[in-house]
Amino acid sequence: MVRGLLEVEGLTKRFGGFTALNGVSLDVKSGERFGLIGPNGSGKTTLINCVSGALSSDGGRIRFEGRDITAIPAHRRTRLGVVRTFQIPRPFASMTVLENLVIPLEYAAGARDDGAAEAMEILRTIGLESKAHTRPAELTQIEMRKLELARALAAKPKLLISDEAMAGLSSGEVDHMLTILFRLNERGITIIMIEHIMRAVMLFSERVVVLDAGERIAEGTPDAIVRDPAVEKAYLGD
Amino acid sequence: MRTGGGLLAGLAVIVGGILLASLGVNQYLYFAGYVVLQYVVVATAWNILGGYAGYVNFGTSAFFALGAYTAIFLIEAVQAPLPVLILAGGLVSGLLGLGIGYLTLRLKGVFFSIATLALSVVLQTLIMNWDYVGGAKGVTVIRPGGPLFGNWVTLLFTVMVGLAVAAVTVAWLIERSWVGRGLTALRDSEEAAECMGVPTLRLKLLATTISGFLLGVAGAPFPYYVTYVEPSSAFNLDYAVNALAMSMIGGTTTWIGPVIGAVLLGTAQQVATVTISSELNLLIVGVVLVAFVVLAPEGIMGLVRRARGR
Repeated sequence: MVRGLLEVEGLTKRFGGFTALNGVSLDVKSGERFGLIGPNGSGKTTLINCVSGALSSDGGRIRFEGRDITAIPAHRRTRLGVVRTFQIPRPFASMTVLENLVIPLEYAAGARDDGAAEAMEILRTIGLESKAHTRPAELTQIEMRKLELARALAAKPKLLISDEAMAGLSSGEVDHMLTILFRLNERGITIIMIEHIMRAVMLFSERVVVLDAGERIAEGTPDAIVRDPAVEKAYLGD
Repeated sequence: MRTGGGLLAGLAVIVGGILLASLGVNQYLYFAGYVVLQYVVVATAWNILGGYAGYVNFGTSAFFALGAYTAIFLIEAVQAPLPVLILAGGLVSGLLGLGIGYLTLRLKGVFFSIATLALSVVLQTLIMNWDYVGGAKGVTVIRPGGPLFGNWVTLLFTVMVGLAVAAVTVAWLIERSWVGRGLTALRDSEEAAECMGVPTLRLKLLATTISGFLLGVAGAPFPYYVTYVEPSSAFNLDYAVNALAMSMIGGTTTWIGPVIGAVLLGTAQQVATVTISSELNLLIVGVVLVAFVVLAPEGIMGLVRRARGR
């Protein structure tokens, strides 16, 4: 039996009088490719911020590998294996690409030496090894996205949360990123993909959850989701 | 090898300082040298928080003055010897750093700076109303007779050489350790650092505590140096402005930056005080700082790196 890796139960988040998440529940199984979609402002990134610990939630429970992580700080969730990437890449600008990876290797994965060899290995997996000694400011858009992903990998994730890793990429580049993500999943990393590019998320996900206005409105296989009238209504209106 | 070399360089500086102190040249040189060395400690301490972690502290004077007033208190109360004064001054200011860290580190950027500036004002007001340490009218400190060697000025000069080497060693060790790498990460992006497993709050508290400790250490010998302390001289905003300017002029990302900045700017100020006017030295700081911010935002070390083509 595949057990639940991440269990979110009745998660609620308010910003002042605005309810960004209203009792959202979902569970992600170990090894799964999970898609999270929804129109702009539906609460996808808020949900990710709550799961990764960047925001504290106002209600509900988050469990990872059966352990309650609702109240623990973000850096400890990362050490447990919940690692996210940022929608807008946030590289450590004063460091080289390689040094960017050394931080999570040292702090999250507990590498004892300086981790340079391992960092290089990860860059090779992602296809960024030629840029190891350049600074993030000199990278192209897709290279920046790859750095974001490589740095997350250096934290040794069990669950990788990819927040719009493909925004702004060309169609060919999207395929390239998808190939990388498929390969990571084959290695046993569970992946939650948040994406606006429907082609990518529908191709990638085994199961999709749709959020709208802070509530979960649908769940199912990609095929079922595209035929769901509630989803159509959320995206296109009545 | 590099650690050994650093250790040797540090020892050489201390021995050099002792030799210099025993030379018996014009006393004023030791008097002025003390101020320059004191600024090496102050700028280095400031840079651990302001440069490595990117949190600009405008309350430098508060930590310095707290070190000085802790010393005054212990002199008045128990006539404590100089090493005890230095250690106690450091500990009290370090505790203040820890406490202020807890209260203000959730503030970012300019808001953190404003909070530290406010701290300085609050603390000065408290000291001004505390008569035991002299209150607003200040206090005269009598140096105990017969220091170990030479006279008090050369002794204090030698002590400050040692403190400067110690402070720089601490900064150097931080820079090369996981602490330094973590601080750099959170300076670049605090959110990303936290999500990459860096315990940002704990590292920031460590930085404020160490920075506060070293600022207190720099302030503790101050009462014996000036022999008359009043709140407005101990809490002088010059310390805050100079610490920031020296670090920025030298370069904030390496331990050598604040040292270069403090030696250059500190010496220039001392020379200007004697040759032109004592009011001119802040003008020098202002002009040089503006020039650097516009022309070389990464300081002298930034220029050196660029010249080496890195």
